[in-house]
Amino acid sequence: MRKHLGNVGALLRGFSITFSYMFKKRPTIEYPSVKKKHAPRFHGLHELRRYADTKERCIGCELCSSACPANAITVIGAENSPDDRHSPGERFAARYEIDELRCIFCGLCEEACPTDAIVLTPRFEMADFRRGSFVYSKDRLLVPPEAGVGLAPDERPNGIPSDLGMVAQVKSTMESDTGYDATNRGIILKTQRRGLAG
Amino acid sequence: MIGFFALAIVLIASAVWTVAARKPVYSVVALLLHFAALAALYVTLNAEFLAVTQIIVYSGAILVLFLFVIALLSSGVAAFAQGPDRLPKAAIPAGFAVLVGFGLLAFGLANATPQATATSNSGSLHGAAGLANVFGSVADFGKALFTTHLLPFEITALILMVAVIGVVLLAGDVTPFVSRTADTKRVKREMREAILKEGGE
Amino acid sequence: MDALVATLNAAPLWLVILIKSALLLLVVVTTFAYAMLFERKILGWMQLRPGPNRVGPWGLLQPAADAAKLILKEDLTPKTADPLIYRLAPFISLITAFAVYAVIPFGENNGSLWAIGDVNAGILLLMAISSIGVYGISLGGWASGSKYPLLGSVRATAQMISYELSMSMSFVGVLILAGTTSLAGIVHAQASMWFFIPQCFGFLIYVITAVAETNRTPFDLVEAETELVGGFHTEYSGLRFGSFFIAEYVNMLTVACIATLLFLGGWNAPFGLTMIPGILWFVMKVGAFLFFYMWLRATLPRFRYDRLMAFGWKILLPAATLNLIITALIVALRG
Repeated sequence: MRKHLGNVGALLRGFSITFSYMFKKRPTIEYPSVKKKHAPRFHGLHELRRYADTKERCIGCELCSSACPANAITVIGAENSPDDRHSPGERFAARYEIDELRCIFCGLCEEACPTDAIVLTPRFEMADFRRGSFVYSKDRLLVPPEAGVGLAPDERPNGIPSDLGMVAQVKSTMESDTGYDATNRGIILKTQRRGLAG
Repeated sequence: MIGFFALAIVLIASAVWTVAARKPVYSVVALLLHFAALAALYVTLNAEFLAVTQIIVYSGAILVLFLFVIALLSSGVAAFAQGPDRLPKAAIPAGFAVLVGFGLLAFGLANATPQATATSNSGSLHGAAGLANVFGSVADFGKALFTTHLLPFEITALILMVAVIGVVLLAGDVTPFVSRTADTKRVKREMREAILKEGGE
Repeated sequence: MDALVATLNAAPLWLVILIKSALLLLVVVTTFAYAMLFERKILGWMQLRPGPNRVGPWGLLQPAADAAKLILKEDLTPKTADPLIYRLAPFISLITAFAVYAVIPFGENNGSLWAIGDVNAGILLLMAISSIGVYGISLGGWASGSKYPLLGSVRATAQMISYELSMSMSFVGVLILAGTTSLAGIVHAQASMWFFIPQCFGFLIYVITAVAETNRTPFDLVEAETELVGGFHTEYSGLRFGSFFIAEYVNMLTVACIATLLFLGGWNAPFGLTMIPGILWFVMKVGAFLFFYMWLRATLPRFRYDRLMAFGWKILLPAATLNLIITALIVALRG
């Protein structure tokens, strides 16, 4: 009898718990309209930075590529010609591609970069319907000249910094059909290997 | 009168369908239709309580059990296999039964005294089933059941009780009831005794 | 207004019934739609979620979106299904669910009832119609020609028959107290005291059996997702599934209406608060009962099938019988 009374008590307690939960604060973040605050150094989509005079920081040294544990970065460097300088140094990245499907967002490329050119942003919404579109080429990674220098990663405020919208804009204005075709990547890798061997 | 004939046609058609259907579940559906039409017929006869009881007891309980059994059996899925044609053999007794039935009907009609037919509220939804002294009402039905027809009622109850006890005896577990806790205690005691015995030897 | 009443009074009976039915159908369907939204909201809140809030403000257009989705979905019939009965079953469910509202009174105005038909054997008719509802589920499950629906429908049949008995028993206690089978008469008999006080055990039994009869958690063995995929409606899609879905919620509403009429005093106002019209009291009581239903769903886990049957036959039925006998004894002794 005592046991049964205890069961009734347990039942009532269950009801009171569910009822009280109705008035509790709900932890739901209504995602598309409200976005979660990120840690200042959250590792998301990459971007390539510029100097204040809009020159590219990247000097095509391929250190990021060799540091990458997932083999996601492809850099093909080229000499700067005096009349068409992309970067202040001797060389610049003629092609710069990151396969975001391979990327593990570890940030080693960021650490390897001698000129702070490649930076991981807190942007994480990269969903797309085509595999090919996850290979980000230089035109999508490089911030447009009007974006300016941007904040260094350790100086960022909490959440998504204001200077990060630019890459997103570039992506959205790009025609999806003319996006990068992933099949080319194999050829690039092959030529790269051949170059290293020879 | 039109209502009666419409219902009668539905009744006969669904009865034929019940017998003739190749799939048992179709028979159940036909029988359901039959019961519904029968209930409607009762309503037109002002026997609302009977109509309601017809649906609750036959459609709501008994036929559901039929369906339950048929759905569980594999025969519910497959159509009946074509057996030997038994119609010619069955035709003679069936014809005889029909003749007897019609004979009885004719006899009854010939000897029946014309009675005052139910008046006023026939067919109306605002029937008087809850009022007393109205044919077919709940109150009258109950009164008749528990006074003038008390003996048949009690006998029926007894028969049903016998059926229930019979089912329990036939299908139930015949081993005497053992309290689970008592059983556990007994087993534990035996084990303890066995261990003690072993230790002693 | 007077002119309208005069025209309505002059109109033939069939026309009045037709208009009343159409109106009531509208009300019931709307209530169903928002009961569904209400349930999802309540469940969400009790599970620390906001519930549907994407379609319209506070998700108020969610029912419309759901309806549009169901209408546009492809209507599939499995190859192994029995085509005739597979199509018939949702209609049986739907029709029996709605037919009950022909006898349910919602309020009273100067002695005239707010109901389509004021039937004297109302409660009996109600039981009769709702007892047919099980056919939709059991035939639908059988006709799907696949094993999970069949298991679901077999469970449904057994469960609904078992609990219908106790349910009827709990009704009879009320009938003894009220001395009438008319729903309006039962409500009138509760003018001084609602029957859930003298019939507290009957009310408890009714609530439990009502949950079982409408196949809702914790007695939703019929459509137990974790074991039977979707139960009897696994193979149904589109509007046919929608029919079962509507039938389930309308049955819920019916059960709430019956609880209000039989145990919670119908449209009688409590504490002499008669300035609020009776129909509002009725709606509030039904709403409270529905809320309880949803609360139950958010709180209790599903029963095990054998325990459900054992509970129904070994505890609920004897308890209901005992309640009936004691009620009858007390009424007889008090004369």
